[in-house]
Amino acid sequence: MTEIIQKVKNLSIGFKSKKGEEILILRNISTNIKKGETVGIVGESGSGKSTLALAMMGYVKHGLYTIGGECEFNSSNLLKMKNRDLEKIRGRKIAMIPQNAGQALTPNLKIGYQIDEALQLHSDLNEEEREQKISELLNKVRLPSPETIALRYPHELSGGQQQRVAVAMALAGTPDLLLLDEPTTGLDVTTQAHVLELLNFIAKDTGTSMVYVSHDLGAIAQVSDRIIVMYSGEIVLEGPSRDILKKPIHPYTYGLLKSIPKLSLAGLPQSMPGSQPQPGTMYRGCSFFDRCDFSEEKCKNNSPQLEYLEELNTSVRCFNYKSLMNHSQVNQTVNKIKTSLEDKEILNLSEVSISYAKQKLLDQVLNRISDDNPTVKDININIKKGETIALVGESGSGKSTILKSIAGLLRTKGGIIKFDQNRNLSSDLKERDPNDLRIIQLIFQNPDESLNPNHTVEEIIAQPLKLYFGLKSEELKKNIIDLLQKVRLGEFYMSRYPRQLSGGEKQRVAVARAFAAKPDIILCDEVTSALDVSVQAAVLNLLQQLKEDFGTTYIFVSHDLAVVRAISDRVAVLYQGRLCEVGPSKDVYQFPSHPYTEVLLGAVLEPDPDIKPKLVAEDIVEEKPPQKGCSFQGRCSRILGDICKSEIPPWQITESGNSIRCHIPLKELQKDQIN
Amino acid sequence: MKLDNIYQEEKKSNLAKLSEIIITMASRPSGFIGLSILIFHVILAFISPYIAPYDFKAINPTLMLQAPSAEYWFGTDDLGRDVFTRTILGGRTALTITFFGSLIALLWGGLLGIFCGLVGGKTDDIVMRIVDAFLSIPWILAMLLIVSLLGTSTEVLIPALGFFYGKGIVRVARAATHDVIAKDFIVSARARGHSNFSIIWNEIIPNVRDAILVEGAMRWSWMLLGFSSLSFLGFGVSPPTPDWGLMISNARGLMSFAYWSVIAPIVGLSSLIIGINLTADAFAKALGIDRSTKAPV
Repeated sequence: MTEIIQKVKNLSIGFKSKKGEEILILRNISTNIKKGETVGIVGESGSGKSTLALAMMGYVKHGLYTIGGECEFNSSNLLKMKNRDLEKIRGRKIAMIPQNAGQALTPNLKIGYQIDEALQLHSDLNEEEREQKISELLNKVRLPSPETIALRYPHELSGGQQQRVAVAMALAGTPDLLLLDEPTTGLDVTTQAHVLELLNFIAKDTGTSMVYVSHDLGAIAQVSDRIIVMYSGEIVLEGPSRDILKKPIHPYTYGLLKSIPKLSLAGLPQSMPGSQPQPGTMYRGCSFFDRCDFSEEKCKNNSPQLEYLEELNTSVRCFNYKSLMNHSQVNQTVNKIKTSLEDKEILNLSEVSISYAKQKLLDQVLNRISDDNPTVKDININIKKGETIALVGESGSGKSTILKSIAGLLRTKGGIIKFDQNRNLSSDLKERDPNDLRIIQLIFQNPDESLNPNHTVEEIIAQPLKLYFGLKSEELKKNIIDLLQKVRLGEFYMSRYPRQLSGGEKQRVAVARAFAAKPDIILCDEVTSALDVSVQAAVLNLLQQLKEDFGTTYIFVSHDLAVVRAISDRVAVLYQGRLCEVGPSKDVYQFPSHPYTEVLLGAVLEPDPDIKPKLVAEDIVEEKPPQKGCSFQGRCSRILGDICKSEIPPWQITESGNSIRCHIPLKELQKDQIN
Repeated sequence: MKLDNIYQEEKKSNLAKLSEIIITMASRPSGFIGLSILIFHVILAFISPYIAPYDFKAINPTLMLQAPSAEYWFGTDDLGRDVFTRTILGGRTALTITFFGSLIALLWGGLLGIFCGLVGGKTDDIVMRIVDAFLSIPWILAMLLIVSLLGTSTEVLIPALGFFYGKGIVRVARAATHDVIAKDFIVSARARGHSNFSIIWNEIIPNVRDAILVEGAMRWSWMLLGFSSLSFLGFGVSPPTPDWGLMISNARGLMSFAYWSVIAPIVGLSSLIIGINLTADAFAKALGIDRSTKAPV
């Protein structure tokens, strides 16, 4: 276990700015990867974690260059090697698993052929042996019936299966070191848990060293033996996984762990102020100084060095780590969410169904949508004024589809959307009057896409103000400044373009734009999933604050159950466009629950090495909802038999008001699930 | 939170942006050469009537087909006219007509493309099939038809060229719009209830403007070649107005013994086309558009 296979020594990588200044992306990194160990590299976007991982295979991105230091593998410096020599190492000795396997696989070649290609390059097997090896590899990554999978094209596989194929390809050269760049980030919760479990198994089985790069402490906690925390291009903390997650002695890691919402805690975690400094802006002092709760005067001008602590086997870059050592655990405090529920229904969806099926000619002429098995069916939800209701489910569960229909962007096939008890909202945007459009506003997942890159912040926020209220000149400006202040941004942001803002700031601008319309309902589509963990909590807190101030109702779509737990009053669980469970959030997160909710809850990754995900059901992806019976019949581990396949299950209501749509009686469900 | 100066970028006036783009263009050798050639031609077009040494239409039978000399720098043509005078004047008509032609092509092609891209559905289908149908007609035949029906006056040539060269821009504008239209800020504008006009004007045009302008610059050089071909065939500029296409057409039979009368207009025409092409490429690079990834239509 002590043999070192990769040695990174004083590595600095950077680029030259337009003015000719040298800007560092990685600053003096030194670390060792031992044989058979899994190292997690964690950090926010822009912390240099991917650059470090790529440097470990001797690759420096275009535009960047090595300023100093080396990456030593088998006692040769990869960064100085010629491409021809690197070819012998890449794939054979060091393999990489990319973030998005769907994009990494060639779309017009069969899976088997692509693995064969890797084998031809990186092994000396003959054709017959290679064929055997292909099914062996596919078996190893637990793909069902390897022979048929090998004959498929990448688009015929689900995201999780594609990721498994990428793992198989990386293993083809029996590498000593596997580099994984956010391998589970784009996957569904349940798939993610399965892939992580597979990686754990492979690490044990083959003794391969792994470097696991991720922003997700939950995923890192499940796989790594050792964790490296990066901040602003530096290692700030490095040590055994358990110690770092349980007793972090660096203020950044401490704050990070405090700001991650957890399943066990209802309420909003505290947020970390500020954001990571941009590369090239830090000239002296500790890079975390601005955001640190433990900072002192000396931190401002002196940069702390990475200090190795013998007794903890940990390296830390902080002057004040001792004061953190006294904190026994990360004690997370949450702000309980306050909801001033009025007993007034603001939005009512009844029997809503939505279909993506292509219309037949006759139906087009008659202007109707006919589809007997629509993507979304039988959605009945009442939403009270001032509450936050969350729609959860995996991708393809129809949660965003429902949101779009409420916003009028997607025509419904049937059902009624009623606002304020008496006003029917047409599902066709053109038939809604401006006031109908004003009362419902959207906030999108990715602020990079939802803000026009050619508009300044002022122009962005001015749009709804001009459109709905016809504001002009001074009054317009006053309103914009007012809104910016409400989302905690200063007046000077008005002249900025979105590209000059950080992710969190951009999302704040998007929030300000939504509130500019003075809406009654705000639809939030995965609003935090594109943000860094430390920023996520701040945006959630802001949304909650604004809700308390304005009495807005939120419909919150998310795949992240911990975030949903933190912010919502009520949760609706969806599978294949059908409702499975609706109830107050504290009850949904407790048993008895619908078998699908159980699967989702089991798969949540917590930044705690002691909480392992429970893999209840297979991570199969179903393309179409079943024609009849329960929507979850295909994956349910508690399936009763024919009744589930033929009859739509009834709604069962628990004492606390949680509705579960399942054939299994609640008492039995509870008994089974608690064991 | 203060951003450091390297990330600081104030809202600039359009003039400042333009001058910055031109400086970036000129900082590359190819862009510098292209811009220099283009500017040279434009200046020449403005001042040539004042610097021309002779009368471009003065026929002198005693001076037929004289070789270049100190008196007649580029020699004389078959009617004894000074080739140098005719060459420096020969780009004026072509440059003017194609410049306004390209503007028209940009306007109608760009706007129609953006509209089709935004609206989609049946309207888009029908309009695009009509555009495709026009694309399949050899433009020179159609041009000849128009010119023979309506004459070769500037009022006919500019809109006709503008129409035929705008078809390609429709497709580019539509493709660029499709890239933008999937973004959430368009969805957001739709959900707010903005009109199509407002969405096109405020949200789409700022984002596709660059791609369309570059395409328009490229079309300009093609149109120049097309217009010269028309003149060559006798359907463009009418004699005795000097024009490169016409000059090449007149002198090509005499090429074997009076090469000078054909080389001068050829150099004039091709250098202008190369100049516009290089400028358009440098313009695209300065704006950060990689033309190599976009298939020409």
